[in-house]
Amino acid sequence: MKVAITSKGNNLDSKLDERFGRCSYFVIYDTETKGMEFLPNPNKDAQEGAGPASVQIVASRDVRKIISGEFGLKIKSLLDSLKIQMIVLKKPEKSIKEVIEMLNQ
Amino acid sequence: MSPRPFRLRKISNPPAISGLKPYIGSKIITGSGSVFLHLEEYEAVRLCDHEMLTHSQASVMMAVSRPTLTRIYSSARRKIAEALVTGKRIIIEGGKVYFDSEWFLCKSCGCYFNNPDKQKALKECPLCRGRNLVNAGNITNEIK
Repeated sequence: MKVAITSKGNNLDSKLDERFGRCSYFVIYDTETKGMEFLPNPNKDAQEGAGPASVQIVASRDVRKIISGEFGLKIKSLLDSLKIQMIVLKKPEKSIKEVIEMLNQ
Repeated sequence: MSPRPFRLRKISNPPAISGLKPYIGSKIITGSGSVFLHLEEYEAVRLCDHEMLTHSQASVMMAVSRPTLTRIYSSARRKIAEALVTGKRIIIEGGKVYFDSEWFLCKSCGCYFNNPDKQKALKECPLCRGRNLVNAGNITNEIK
């Protein structure tokens, strides 16, 4: 199963990004193969509609869960209909490595 | 002067079926008419009679006042009774509603998460697999 994590940078020591739509990078992590992929977010500086556009990116990778600090208003109903689980982690000090370790417990 | 607009009712579990049909023997009866059970009425019956909540608890879940919930609920009962007695079809649709999934809080790692698959109950935290979960109820308004 694939999980998307929002990240501030493009390596494992980067911190979790608190925003979903305008995060710097998406980390697509596969819990079975342990493979991961860092995707730069083209909607980082978007004026509006960053959320739905970002949902499209992660949904095209067949992600089942998204871990982020916050989800905007437009996204909730969209992810609900796509049956993607939202996980709100209000701990911006956590690094991507730590989040992945939590997933593998 | 137009009346005050309806407040949207919150539905956390949409029905698995879109209605019920009456039958005699093995024959489904058609032509006896149908009643339209609104989604909010379905949800009120689910909360009050299936989850056994009180009207005031159910009203909080649906984001309406307690008297309004009772009104929705009694209208639902009247419609279901009409269908049962006169052999009408029940069609569940319509109503002023919005959908929201249930939210939970994991006490071990402190994360919030929703349950997108309404048919299956969540047993463990999707992040740390902790089993110490609380229903976060209306907390979604804070996260938004």
